[in-house]
Formats: sequence, C-alpha cells, structure tokens
Amino acid sequence: MSTERGVHDADMARQLARKPRRFERLIVGSLFIAGAISIAITIGILWELGSESLLFFLDDDVTLGKFFFSTEWSPQAGSFGIWPLILGTMLITVIALLVAIPVGLSAAIYLSEYASPRVRNFLKPVLEILVGIPTVVFGFFALTFMTPLLRSIFGSQVGFFNVLSAGIVVGLLIVPLVSSLAEDAMAAVPDSLRQASYGLGASRLETSLRVVVPAALSGIAAGVVVAMSRAVGETMVVTLASGASPRNFSLADDSLFGYILSPFEGAQTMTGYIAITASGDISYDTIDYNSIFAIGLTLFVITLGLNSLSRRIVKRFRQEYE
Amino acid sequence: MTTQTPQKSPLDYFPTEDEYQRLLDKRTRRGTAVRITFLLMLAVAVVGLGILLYTIIDDSFGIVAVVNENEPEDILAAYGYDPTVTVLSDLNKEQLVEVLAGSISSGVGRRLEREQRFFADRLVFESQAKWDEVCASDEPPSGCGGGVRSKADVVALVEERVIAPDIIDASRLTASIFNPQRFKDKVEADFLTNPDRYEDYTFDQVRFQWRAWFSWKFITSPASDKPEIAGVRTAVLGSIWLVAITVLFAVPVGVGAAIYLEEFAKPTRINDFIQTNINNLAGVPSIIYGMLGLAVLVRVLEPITSGSLFGDGAPNGRTILSAGLTLGLLTLPVVIISSQEAIRAVPNSLRQAGMGLGATKWQTVRSQVLPVAIPGILTGTILAVARAIGETAPLILVGAAGFITVSPSGPFSQFTALPIQIFQWTSLPQEEWRHLAAAASLVLLVLLLSLNAVAVLLRNRYSRRLT
Repeated sequence: MSTERGVHDADMARQLARKPRRFERLIVGSLFIAGAISIAITIGILWELGSESLLFFLDDDVTLGKFFFSTEWSPQAGSFGIWPLILGTMLITVIALLVAIPVGLSAAIYLSEYASPRVRNFLKPVLEILVGIPTVVFGFFALTFMTPLLRSIFGSQVGFFNVLSAGIVVGLLIVPLVSSLAEDAMAAVPDSLRQASYGLGASRLETSLRVVVPAALSGIAAGVVVAMSRAVGETMVVTLASGASPRNFSLADDSLFGYILSPFEGAQTMTGYIAITASGDISYDTIDYNSIFAIGLTLFVITLGLNSLSRRIVKRFRQEYE
Repeated sequence: MTTQTPQKSPLDYFPTEDEYQRLLDKRTRRGTAVRITFLLMLAVAVVGLGILLYTIIDDSFGIVAVVNENEPEDILAAYGYDPTVTVLSDLNKEQLVEVLAGSISSGVGRRLEREQRFFADRLVFESQAKWDEVCASDEPPSGCGGGVRSKADVVALVEERVIAPDIIDASRLTASIFNPQRFKDKVEADFLTNPDRYEDYTFDQVRFQWRAWFSWKFITSPASDKPEIAGVRTAVLGSIWLVAITVLFAVPVGVGAAIYLEEFAKPTRINDFIQTNINNLAGVPSIIYGMLGLAVLVRVLEPITSGSLFGDGAPNGRTILSAGLTLGLLTLPVVIISSQEAIRAVPNSLRQAGMGLGATKWQTVRSQVLPVAIPGILTGTILAVARAIGETAPLILVGAAGFITVSPSGPFSQFTALPIQIFQWTSLPQEEWRHLAAAASLVLLVLLLSLNAVAVLLRNRYSRRLT
C-alpha cells in the first residue's frame, strides 16, 4: 500500500516537472527580448554610422586618402581631412590626462592606503558629487572661470577659446573616474601583502608605492584608459570652451609648438564639430549631414578601441590572489 | 701562509646607531612629503568642485544696473501716494489696471484680456459684443472660461510692461557684497567710453538694485528673449517629460534584461555576446547615441515619432518622444549593469529555498529574488536617470530647439530642456545671459543633488537589511 503511494507521488512529480508552462516561457521569452534589444542598439549604431559615412565617402569632394591624410578641415571649401579635428581631440585629451592622472591616482592612493574612515567618509561623497555634475555645467565653468583665470595668468596670448581651459576642466571631470577605478583595483589587493610588507619593516609610503600600486597596476592602467576614452568622447566642455574652428595646419609651414601644439589657441574637436554642425536645423543628405557620421564613426572606433584595450589589460595582466 | 681575513660579525652589516637614525629620519621625511603631496592633489579635486559651485552661486545673485522705462515712484506719485513709504503693490487693482491701460497699446491689452480677464464684472480692453463673438467661436481663447487675474498677476504685468526694466549690466554676488562701488564706477565709466551703446539713456537714469537670478519666479517663468523676465519653466517641463519617457523605456527593458542575464541565461554564445555587447555600449560616447537618435528615431521613424501616424502631429521627428527614447537607449546599458549587480548580490540560499519549496524558476525570481534586489535596482536606476537629466549632447543632435516659449503639451511637442537652455545661454556673449545660465545650472544641480540624496538614502536604509 505504502509503496504504491510512493510510486504515485513520484509519477506526479514527474508529470509536474514536465508540465508545459506557457506563461513561464512567455515571461522568459520577453526577458530575452529585453536583453536582445541591446544588440538591436548596436546594429542601429553600426548601420547608421556605416551607411551615412558611405554616402559621405561617395561624394565627389571626398576621397579616403584626403580624409585620412589631409590636414585641412574646411567643409565650406570642400576639404575634408580629419587630422585637425583629431589634433583638437588629442590635445584636450592629453591635457586632461595630465590633470587627471596625478590628481586621480593620488586621491585613490590616499583614500585607499592613508585616510582614516572619517576622512574617507567626507572625501568619497565629494568625488561622487563631481561625477553627478552635468558636463554642460563644467562647460559653463570652463568659460566663465577657467578661461578668465588662464588669461589673467598667461596674458592675452591665451585666446578666448583655447584648448588649455577645456583640457583642464575635462581633466577635473574625469578625476573621479580615474580615482574610483584605481581605488577599486587597490582595494582588491589582499591585506596579507600589506601585512607582509609592514612586517619586513617597510613604511606606509613604501608599502603603497612598491607593493600595492604594482599589484594593482593592471586595474589602474585599465582605469586610465577608460578615462581617456571618456575624455575623447566628451562633448559639451569642448564645444563651449575650445571654439568652433578646426585648427588647420601644415606640418611644413607652421611652427610645431607655436601653433600646432599650442595650448593657448582654440581647436575644434571631433565631438565639437558634430555638436555644432548638428545644432540648428541641419538638412538631411547634405555633405555636412553625412560628414558628422563619418566623424562619428571615427570617434566610435577610437573609443571602442580604447575600451577593449582596457578590458584586455585587465584580462592579460590581472594578478589572481587567493 | 694564509692571510687572515678578519671575521665579519653579522652585526657589522647593520648600520650604526647614528646611521640608522639618519636613514630612518630620511624615510620618515620622504614619507611625510609624499603624503602631503597626495593630500594636496586630492585638495585640487575638492577645491575644483568648491570653485565650480562657488562660480555658479556667485553668478546667480548680485547687483544689477537697471534702466526703467517708467519709474515706479512716478506712478505712485500720480496716485497721490508717498513713493518713499509705499510700493507698487499698495495700489489697488483698479488703479494698477488703469496704469497698465495707460501704457500699453489696445492690441496688447486685448491679447492679455483674452488670455485671462482682469475683472469678473467688466471688460477693460474689449467691447462686450466682440468678446461674446470671440467666445462663441470654435476655438475660444482661455480668458472666456477661466477666472480673473489676481492682483499679484497684475502687479507683475505692470512691472514687466509699464516699468519695463532693462538690465544693462550685472555684477556678481561677492563683488556686490564687498565692493559695490566698483561696479557702479564701472557702469559709469562705460557710459563715458561707450556713449553709442547707451544713447537712449543717461547715467542718472540707471538704478542699482539687488537681483536674485535664481528665484521661484525664475523657475516658473517661461523662456523669453528678454533676460529680465526669462525663466526656465519651459525647460524644466521639457526635462520632466524627457525623464518620464526615459524611465518608461529604460527601466522595464533594463531590469528585464538584467533578470534574463542573471537568472535565466545559460552560458551560450548568444548570451555571452549580449553581455559583452552591453559592456561595450556602456562605453559609447553619448553623442553617438544622439546620432543614432537623429538618423533612426528622428528621420527613419518620423511617422511614429512626429505623431503623424496617430493623427495630428509635429512637422518633423524632432519631438520629445524621439529625445526621450534617445536618452532611454543611452541609459539602458547603465540600468542593466547596475540591476545585474543588485540581482547578483541576492544570496543564493534564497533561490535554493524557493526552488526547494517547489516554486518554478520564475516564481522564485518574482517572489524571492526581486523583492530583495529592488532597493539596489532603484538606487542604480535613480543614478542612471540623474545622469540622463544632465545629458546635453544627444539632445542637441536630436534637435532640441533652443528658443521655445510654449510649454510642451505631450510626447509629440517640440521641446527644450534644462541642459540645452544652459548651453544656449552660456553661448551668448552678453553678461546677463551668463547669470541666467548660472541660475539655470543651479536649478539643475539642486534637482540632481536631491535625486542623488534619495539614492544614497535608499542605499543606506536597505543595505543593513541585506547583510
């Protein structure tokens, strides 16, 4: 009798497990679709950047060679060489990193290795507030504070629009990114390493610079690369503070430090060109309209490259601690 | 013969007491120096933030130099009041309307009256016959149905239309407090050196008065091409509409995707690809999303986003719907990633207990996992939405109009938004607009900081329960 009943229960369990659950499958199906929308977004981005860029390159005025090798970008005159825009982006990114790396790394080392919990609890929210401030407000700050400040320090050689002001403010903007990623990396270093170092008589400075930082180097490097990609893609600060004219140059005629790499003059960036060209009613299928997509594609490739570089750094050089 | 090398004692390898002290001092000094350098660097970031906030507040208040078309004193004196003890709002409503009627054209008066009447029992600018005719038409103006203008409303109208202040220069908060005379001298010097600019006025007409650019009136006034009366209502409403659409799109899709990836996805190729893809999307610059919005939502999907598919719509796809969806696409990866983290933090024992009781996978997720994960999901979502509110570049791309005075009325309206307004005002060269940009930034920052505070509170309140 009892065995019979046991068989019956097992049967039922098997039946229940096999019961088709349409509702459940519907739910899982729609959740999958939600996940797959991200693929649709990627396809959308690739399709739109690709197809409009193709139209751009099919234009009579444009050739691939000129796009990649000419150093003059003046759409009105029909010359489309991307280098002046890349130059602007590069200058601002370099200045931004010169600000953000020392400040961000110092902040990270201090917060992770030196600060008492009380100091940490005060300083971390400050950095978090910095993350929450919209970039257009940073742009306002660059234009109304940083540029006048630089002009009062360096005199009238500093243009009203200049890459130095934009670069410094972009640097301030990415400090929290550098510091939080670096701090995460240092927090992942196990305490036993620090204790071993202290046990050998090392000071706090020696422990943090010679033990913790090297152990966390891959994470720190990855953070810097991510910050760099963020600086390259930053739009509002550079649109407001760095001006709307590309820095066309000729390697043969222009002085390298006086003009081409000068931080005191304005230079339009890739993002700045896209934003300025698209503001106002831009008409479809004009060369201007198509050109922003070609610039966008270049920007997309650069940032994607930087982001995957950062992931590869982490993967390749990560130290596994138990 | 063997040379006897002196046996070195292990102690000889150690420095002498003096040397030891010297080296130790050196290490300590270096340690302190570097520690101070770290602190200084950190101070750069903190001071940078401080100066940024200071700049914005400094520009949001201060003394302005104003030239009035009509002086309020003259108006008061005309009604027999003593201008030294009374202010405009001491006049009664009849007198105020009379002042208004004496100063504006009858056309403007009729327009104002059609917007909202001045008195319930009589008409000021319109004849009764014409009024009845207008109100009987197919589209009667708002004045036909609504109530009457309040006295405060009439005072505001008199200030705007009769006194009609023109701000010719503005000073900052700290300068106004510590050195107001310098600003006055500067304006006076301007009059001497720049007579062309001020040919309609003399310096004696200039009044110096305090002005809070950031005020309740600033938040509730619509945009205007006159800095004296311009406000951010249009932009704030636009931002609210955008956030609503962003949340409606990004939260269900984002949380759904996170649940799928964390709870249901088996490690197949396609699921791995989705995960990598989401991580990549999170790093794409926001301006690229703007281009996606422009090319796909505004242009290709124009029949849907302009609303023409559903009857009457906007002339093109540059609508709130396009912009909101663009921000939604931009926010989606961030929402997914933060929701995934929240779901991952739910202890496995809960899932096992649910399944052990015979619940199906979805039942377990719905009744065990999600309730525990929701605070974390909410926190991440609020932070993502706060980021979306501040986004400017994608909105420029999808065609936020810079100058709009009509409040948005639905998803198919043209729109402007707070960050766009800040961008436009910052780009204008005159001093007054810069102060407006600062005040608008302050509005935006207050909004974002309160959202962030809510997120932090949520996190603190529920993090205890989880552990």
